[in-house]
Amino acid sequence: MGNGTSLGQVRGLGASHSGAHHWLMLRFTAISNLLLTVWLAVSFMMMSDFSYVTVHAWIARPFPAAAIGLLVISTIWHARLGLQVLFEDYVHEAGSKFACAAVLNLAAFGGGAFGVLCAIRLALGGA
Amino acid sequence: MAEASSSTISSSTSGSSTSGSSTPGLAARGRPLSPHLQIWRWGPAMAVSILHRATGSMLVVGLLLLLCWLGALAGGSLTYEMFTHWVWAPLAGLEWGGLRHIVGSLIKLALKLLLIAVSWAYFNHLCSGLRHFVMDIGGGFELKGNTTVAMLTPVIGIVLTAAFWAVLLA
Repeated sequence: MGNGTSLGQVRGLGASHSGAHHWLMLRFTAISNLLLTVWLAVSFMMMSDFSYVTVHAWIARPFPAAAIGLLVISTIWHARLGLQVLFEDYVHEAGSKFACAAVLNLAAFGGGAFGVLCAIRLALGGA
Repeated sequence: MAEASSSTISSSTSGSSTSGSSTPGLAARGRPLSPHLQIWRWGPAMAVSILHRATGSMLVVGLLLLLCWLGALAGGSLTYEMFTHWVWAPLAGLEWGGLRHIVGSLIKLALKLLLIAVSWAYFNHLCSGLRHFVMDIGGGFELKGNTTVAMLTPVIGIVLTAAFWAVLLA
């Protein structure tokens, strides 16, 4: 930290003009979660049974498959942002904090890739 | 951040709290402390805020179940049937003869309970999330209304969960 100009005094002390991005993304993904998960809950309630044939015939159609893919991305994105706030609040040691960030990002990208791939495979008739 | 904002509210709803300029012991205790579970008296707004965090964390289990369900579906009928065999086994089909069956049946019952718990976490998080949306745009900060909504939020969450399962199991 410098002690000259006022900019130099605050440089490196934290986010500037970008702190709101995280907060906003949490809200944007919350809105898409609201739409997609309510759609999924209603779809579950309208499902005649949960046998493989019924569920597969439903999810392989273009709209449900696309919505499930988006739901996976949206919910995992939201969880990633929310859990970041959680460990930033409760994990105080710098090394542990870094480990949490690393594990969280790996899990989010890994889970997201897996879910989207499953949706694509179901939509394209691979399963 | 949601936690911090609603803790400020709960401090005013619950009346006296540890920080207050008129308290004589303030100087002895040092500077006012930031909101914390063990320091602040519990109020509806604070409880709902904490529950929002707790249910949000629980939903990580929900995401894992969702991915397992999708993976099982994408894997074909055999993997899907194995998934439902464990996660939603018919109660009548549970076997209790011998240790292996008892352990298996207990796991199946635990997974059933887990699924119900996750669905409750979802509906509760949904309700308290909607409450946060209203507060984000500056609404619902009137003391009485805020407390009422805070107390209603978990109730609506439970009602929605019950309604969801009533339709599913009907």
